[in-house]
Amino acid sequence: MIYFDNVTKKYKDNFSLQEITISIAQGEFVSIVGHSGAGKTTLTKLILAEEAPTAGSVFFESTNIHKLSKKDLMNFRRKVGIVFQDFRLLPNRTAYENIAFAMEATGKSDEEIMEDVPHVLELVDLTNRAFHFPHQLSGGEKQRLAIARAIITQPDLIIADEPTGNLDPMNAKEVINILKKINDLGTTVILTTHNKGLVDSIKKRVITLENGRVIRDDKEGKYML
Amino acid sequence: MLTHTKRIIKTGWNSFVRSGFTSVASILIMTITLFVIISLIFVQAALNNSLNDIKDKVDVTIYFIPGAEESSIKKVEESLVKLPEVKNITYTSSKEALSNFKDKHSNDYLTLQALDELNDNPLGASLNIKANDPSQYESISKYFESDDALVKESLTIIDKIDYSQNKLIIDRLTSIINGAKKLGFMVSFVLIIISIIITFNTIRLIIYMSKDEISVMKLVGAGLKYVQGPFIVSGILVGICSALLTILIFIPVSIWLGNNMTDFIGINLYQYYKSNFFQLFIIMLGSGILLGSISSIFAINRYLRK
Repeated sequence: MIYFDNVTKKYKDNFSLQEITISIAQGEFVSIVGHSGAGKTTLTKLILAEEAPTAGSVFFESTNIHKLSKKDLMNFRRKVGIVFQDFRLLPNRTAYENIAFAMEATGKSDEEIMEDVPHVLELVDLTNRAFHFPHQLSGGEKQRLAIARAIITQPDLIIADEPTGNLDPMNAKEVINILKKINDLGTTVILTTHNKGLVDSIKKRVITLENGRVIRDDKEGKYML
Repeated sequence: MLTHTKRIIKTGWNSFVRSGFTSVASILIMTITLFVIISLIFVQAALNNSLNDIKDKVDVTIYFIPGAEESSIKKVEESLVKLPEVKNITYTSSKEALSNFKDKHSNDYLTLQALDELNDNPLGASLNIKANDPSQYESISKYFESDDALVKESLTIIDKIDYSQNKLIIDRLTSIINGAKKLGFMVSFVLIIISIIITFNTIRLIIYMSKDEISVMKLVGAGLKYVQGPFIVSGILVGICSALLTILIFIPVSIWLGNNMTDFIGINLYQYYKSNFFQLFIIMLGSGILLGSISSIFAINRYLRK
């Protein structure tokens, strides 16, 4: 599904990623681990075409993501749900509207929105917070809302970039459980984190990065650094 | 398409209302801009009014010698009416001239007594001529220097033509007013440009604060129009509110100016405001909407391009 072909990314004189070749199949749950600065976030930015690689190519199915036109890129991004460490919710919109926005953006009808949004809110246990603004929600609630926004469009791929970074252990665990549930339903999940306990509890594929290189890729791995 | 437009308007409205303080701040800044524009319209109106006033005061009077035949004077009048430069002519007979003189000097006992000493009316009849434009007086007065037979005949009864005495004052006033108008226009232009730049930057700053929001929208896969639309709607709403606020503020301002400054400005600004209200309202609304939407479009395009 996602294929990194000998990808290198350089920021000025620093290599953020060096000659990365990995492939992620449909339906996988992949944890990408490593210290800060190992290149985890750069990897996700390359998948979203927020950054372009210095060398090599990134493929989604068989298309090179960085050669997409503006319009095709927009359509590609609709197939990917993103969850960030800092939530990145729309501050002037309620929880309900934040989720609805992702659907509106993809041109869904009002009826579909009214049907799907409450359903997803229930899934992330935010039904009674639907009409609260992000600043009225706790960290854990914000992240659950961000996940709800990411999955509402039923994407093929979810990218969660340090989603538990700002959360306490209880909330972090809950977020991971939701991601696992989504993965069980067939969505590919890419999770970047440096939370050892969480990675070990997932018991799925783990890719370990160090200084921009892949140093381990274990099928049912653990966090080992 | 319709759902799309509806959503954009709704989202724009929501973000305008929910931004609270920032919306109020941008409304205030734009109100200042519109206030400057409307003030300059007022200044231009006042200047135009004084120019017209002065133009109106300019005239040429032909004084006839006392005892000139009314029929000869009428002949001169008829010949003048035919000139294309002449707007209208007022005839004042010697009797009227005398009674006007007496009215004017009703408190001046000595003068009136001296007048009574004379048996005859010392004042002659006169023709007061108004031209279509101040620059045409010269050609009217020159008419009496031409070789026209009628003119030659009338010259014997003409005492004097006062054009040349007024000429200097007329010319100077016209050039002062024209200069003031030009200067006013230039100052207005600069002020308007400055306030537009300030408004533009305020809106840009507000959109700058939303740049993370814009990047999130793009990452979620929202189309450019869908990201841009609500910001433009908010900009337009700011414009509309500012226009309404400016128009409201100007009601008491113009009443005060009308009551206290009419003599100084030479025009009752409240009356002016009242009679041109609709036009001014449209100008304010148009400027507000244009300023709000164009600033938003420019500001947001910076972040959309990336």
